[in-house]
Amino acid sequence: MGEATVTAVAAVWAVAAAAILGCLIVVAAALDGVLSARAQGTAGGAGRPFGEAARLLRQRRRTTIAADNLLWRIGGAGLVVVALLMVTVVPLDRWTLFDLDVGVVWFNAMDVTVWALVWLTGWGSNSAHALVGGYRFLAHGIGYELPLMFALVAPAIAAGSLNVGGIAAAQGGLWFVVWMPVAFVVFCLGVVAFSVWGPFAAALGADLAGGARTELSGVDRLVFETGRYALLAAGAAFAVPMFLGGGSGPLLPGWMWVLVKAVAVLAVLVWLRRRVPVVRPDKFMEAGWLVLLPAVLLQDLVVAVVAVAGG
Amino acid sequence: MAVDVAFWALGVVATLAGAAVFYVDSMARATYALALSFVAVGLQVLFLHQSYVGVVTVLMMVMEMAIMAVYMVMFMGMNPALMPMSMVHGNRVAAAVATGTFLLLAAGILVVDWPTRRGAPAADVTAALGEALMGPKMLVMAVVSPVMVATIVAGIVLAAHRTRYDRFGDDLGRRPADDPQPGGVGR
Repeated sequence: MGEATVTAVAAVWAVAAAAILGCLIVVAAALDGVLSARAQGTAGGAGRPFGEAARLLRQRRRTTIAADNLLWRIGGAGLVVVALLMVTVVPLDRWTLFDLDVGVVWFNAMDVTVWALVWLTGWGSNSAHALVGGYRFLAHGIGYELPLMFALVAPAIAAGSLNVGGIAAAQGGLWFVVWMPVAFVVFCLGVVAFSVWGPFAAALGADLAGGARTELSGVDRLVFETGRYALLAAGAAFAVPMFLGGGSGPLLPGWMWVLVKAVAVLAVLVWLRRRVPVVRPDKFMEAGWLVLLPAVLLQDLVVAVVAVAGG
Repeated sequence: MAVDVAFWALGVVATLAGAAVFYVDSMARATYALALSFVAVGLQVLFLHQSYVGVVTVLMMVMEMAIMAVYMVMFMGMNPALMPMSMVHGNRVAAAVATGTFLLLAAGILVVDWPTRRGAPAADVTAALGEALMGPKMLVMAVVSPVMVATIVAGIVLAAHRTRYDRFGDDLGRRPADDPQPGGVGR
């Protein structure tokens, strides 16, 4: 479709990128509020997350004995930062903040950082439940991370590039989601997992009194929860150039297509929360290594054969 | 100018975070101080236009330190590492060896007659680096990988106290296997 190459914009546009991510967070939170209200048999609910935010802003901060405050705060506040760093490499059609030649690896490095941050959140409060939650997340991580990495490999092989803009431009004729559906599904699972969301929320489970976030209160809790939505939104936005053809689409301008697709993916991921039960980390380990990993490796093989034969 | 400042600032961060590993009194802080040191080095590598190497350094080291924190806390023997503890032992010998090594290496840096650059860097320095490191030895590298994996698997098989007879019974006919940790796919 003759897409223009991606151009890097000035650093001040990072503010706009952060604002867009903020809008996605608001959309996701409002949608979750509506779904939550509907699950309880009532209408409305879009305002719920904002009521909760207002409540948390006024809540007094809880303190624990011998807490490692430095690591605790880094863990809780880090999720938002990581999500912001993720979207720097996601092109909005023709514009990107950071035109890195290895953008895919950058995204991967950022999502691995979530391992450290969730564990630090669990560790910092010096609370047994929180620490168990942190360990649960790492146990999930060992199950989901390798399939996620190999899912990211598939579009990179097909495009012959690790540059996110290059991968988006390589889908002129056919979106990657069409002929690498396994990689797309595993990628989405990975996004849900590193956002500690829905089926992968065991680390924050009610059976652990809230898991890694047990002792988080007030603004700290608000920032942590915002970070989870931000990761979900950043992951959904990253799926657009990787699998969904970037800004290509009829009628609307490219940048708007990117946003429409990102919101669509995000809505499905939010909706999944109440549709899929939480998976136990120990059970998911085998599912990840014996089902997802071979499946996504086969997908990579197919993509590699097609790329070699076609190129 | 700004690039130079950032590069050297990252170097200072890497060095100080590395020193903090021995100064702090908590396993978690020591582990993540080391992670910060590696992240700063990885970002420095970005300035050398080795984007892939730099970003992968950040990726691998953060992941490794996340796992390492688990092992450190799990296996720290009598002191369960949940309490404040010293990160050093054998201070005098260690300090002497460290000072000696530093002086030796620093003297080496200052004394060596560094060559001047001939020619220009390759267009893709990452590919050039890979070629220089592994090019003529690719067969060895390709053979070493499966041998290493086989060694790891064999080591675990030899070290595990449960055998297939414990899992599947004496005639190897029991399904599903009797595992202390139930699997997720119903084997």
